[in-house]
Amino acid sequence: MTLHGTVRDNSGVAIVDFSGRITLGEGSATLRNMVKECVGSGKKKILLNLADVDYIDSAGIGELVSAFTTVRTAGGELKLLSLTNRVKDILQITRLYTVFDVQSEEWTAIHSYK
Amino acid sequence: MVPQTKRIELTLESVLDSVDLAESISMRICASAGFPEEECHKIGMSVREAVINAYKYGNQKNREKKIFMTVEFDDEKMVVKILDQGPGFEIEDIPDPLAEENLLRTSGRGLFLMRAFMDEFTVQRGVVGGAELIMVKRLPGKPSSNGTQTTAQDKES
Repeated sequence: MTLHGTVRDNSGVAIVDFSGRITLGEGSATLRNMVKECVGSGKKKILLNLADVDYIDSAGIGELVSAFTTVRTAGGELKLLSLTNRVKDILQITRLYTVFDVQSEEWTAIHSYK
Repeated sequence: MVPQTKRIELTLESVLDSVDLAESISMRICASAGFPEEECHKIGMSVREAVINAYKYGNQKNREKKIFMTVEFDDEKMVVKILDQGPGFEIEDIPDPLAEENLLRTSGRGLFLMRAFMDEFTVQRGVVGGAELIMVKRLPGKPSSNGTQTTAQDKES
């Protein structure tokens, strides 16, 4: 299953709802392109909803890190929402869970941006 | 009694599709060997990462070069070997992805994940060159030689 993403706005936060797998190739490219589109259109508050992403490989992890630094370099803030257990486990064992701001509720996440 | 060994060999093209194919095949093999679903997932992911390593870094996406995958079972364990036709590498030369200064690197976590998800993980030079990644998973209910069953969490602590 490849990765699909749609962007919506909630209270000034660009929320990208992803479903599928973030893996080497198409999945990673989809993530990269969608984050670039958000940044390119001036979005500073970006929330990646990963509730329907049950698989991420090392390339996908790299792409998440790249998205994080891309948004930060542009003066914005990228956060993650609703991790599945498998994605959460991967971020924990790679110590990236401490790097990302991970939120579990959309409403709380939206109000957590500065 | 001599332990019975079963062996499966695959030769993969150095193309992106081989990554998904190797993962899918290894997960089917694991399921038929009786591994629980979560273990199949971890083994499948380890195989995926090993083939990514061979495709991307070993063979450098050169379609002329092959990736050789071997899966062996004996009464105690499953052994997966992934061999590429690249220059080979020393595992000591790979930066620690958990080090503070490497956390924001966009690559370099594949070998770490294999090590975390499998019971044993080694890298050696292939007989005719290349890097051979060797991963071992004990079969369900089979303890290690010291009588314990190792988990990824044990190894991380």
